[in-house]
Amino acid sequence: MKYMLIMRSNDAAVEAYEQLDFTEVIAAMGAYNEELMKAGVLLAGEGLTDAKEGFVVDFDQTPPVVTDGPYGETKELFNGFWIIQAQSPEEAAEWAKRCPLGPGAKLEVRRVTELEDFPQDNEWIQKEAGWRDELEGKVG
Amino acid sequence: MTAADASGTAGSANADADRARRAVAAVWRIESARIVATLARFTGDVGQAEDLAQEALVEALRQWPAEGVPHNPGAWLTTVAKRRAIDGWRRRERLDERYAAMARDLEQQGAEASDTFWDPETIDDDVLRLVFVSCHPVLSREAQIALTLRIVGGLTSEEIARAFLVPTATIQQRIVRAKKTLAAANVPFAVPEPAEYGERLASVLHVIYLIFNEGYLPASGGEWVRADVSAEALRLARVVAGLMPREPEAQSLVALMEFTAARFRARTAGDGSAIPLDQQDRSRWDRAQIARGQAALARADRVGRGRAAYGLQAAIAGCHAVAPTAGDTDWAQIVVLYEALGRIAPSPVVELNRAVAVAMATGPASALRLVDELVAAGRLAGYPALPAVRGELLARLGRSDEARAELETAARLTGNEREREALLAKVAKLSG
Repeated sequence: MKYMLIMRSNDAAVEAYEQLDFTEVIAAMGAYNEELMKAGVLLAGEGLTDAKEGFVVDFDQTPPVVTDGPYGETKELFNGFWIIQAQSPEEAAEWAKRCPLGPGAKLEVRRVTELEDFPQDNEWIQKEAGWRDELEGKVG
Repeated sequence: MTAADASGTAGSANADADRARRAVAAVWRIESARIVATLARFTGDVGQAEDLAQEALVEALRQWPAEGVPHNPGAWLTTVAKRRAIDGWRRRERLDERYAAMARDLEQQGAEASDTFWDPETIDDDVLRLVFVSCHPVLSREAQIALTLRIVGGLTSEEIARAFLVPTATIQQRIVRAKKTLAAANVPFAVPEPAEYGERLASVLHVIYLIFNEGYLPASGGEWVRADVSAEALRLARVVAGLMPREPEAQSLVALMEFTAARFRARTAGDGSAIPLDQQDRSRWDRAQIARGQAALARADRVGRGRAAYGLQAAIAGCHAVAPTAGDTDWAQIVVLYEALGRIAPSPVVELNRAVAVAMATGPASALRLVDELVAAGRLAGYPALPAVRGELLARLGRSDEARAELETAARLTGNEREREALLAKVAKLSG
């Protein structure tokens, strides 16, 4: 099974993070990533740039409205993710607990859907699989 | 308190105990190889190290549900196991002074280890030794597989038994015997000498590939269990590749398995029967996994020692993985790769695959000559793919009567119902 560890931080955590020695932060995250790789469980992972660079497409209205950050009522910002292979939710939790994060940060752990999670005879599910792969084929 | 309350409380206590048990199992899975490797460094005996680690695990199951999982669970388990070792040796102090010396030594090291993490200088080397010992040639192939999954993979006997569709007791016996064999043969806790390194490495990779194939081959067990086996094999392959970054075949095995596993969800029909590669719905292939395979093959190539058997097979699988359709595949490249593979790992199955690629690349006539050589050699007698391929080639050459006879033979030989139907459909088409 695949699990996504979704890193979320509140403002206080982001500020605290900015006070930290960047090389130490990089070293701690690097060690964590290496640990995941050595265990053969790391499938993917990315970190995101500053939320100020981001923007939001809001679907409250039709057509959707594009707004710059900050993101309204959002208390926590999504900063990055890992996708790991784990046999159980407990194993995913154990890996998440080892992540070098501090107060104000959270890792939300979610199982990645597999095609098997959906009714296979649904024509839209079948079409979606096709579209997704076409798209990925073009991008990749 | 009513009876209903009481049963409710008991139920939630059971649920808590179950959660704790699962948390311990998760820690064990992540840490077991390092724990056993560290202990084996002290005891020199992998079997004994595993026994000690198991005792520590039992202790964890007793303590953690009440006290919570310790901050550094791997170090906790290792320290408990070391204390067990020391106690065991102490009890035998009067019998053998050597044990007392070892106990004094261990006591010092045990105290040091209690608040430190894995020693980065030694732990990878120790895990690598563990991998080699688990696949040692004094063990039967079955024992190597069971021990590797148990000790390196951190699987329980129940999980291994479920994966291989055998009773748990069978796996337990296999592991007990394997430990005894290692002790009896006095197998050192060491990586192989240079003279035997290549052969021993091949054995390690072969064991992992066999575990992978166990999940890949259609069997009577539940499908999800089987896919789990392959996922675990892939994880082990990544671990081993990480331990030996300069071994191109270790990286290549990861690549081969990623490419193969990327096709898993397209390989079976609704009724569970296998779908051949050229008929698979390629939109169901896992593109992210294919990308991981390409990255692994690139790592292998960067070592600069060329491609051996896994490297060539991975490259062939990679050609299929990136082709939008069977017809758009780079068959000429696959022919060349099969030629190379046939030279370093000669096999009639490789020759037959090469013939199929030749037929796609340059046409049926030259492919038929290759297949006829295989028929003359008689080495694939009874193998349904041989008459199936020959029949297909004859059909494409317009030799319908001969083609029908070959396809009928293939239909008789195959054990796969779907394949039989497909072959007989071709026969009917040729007759019409």
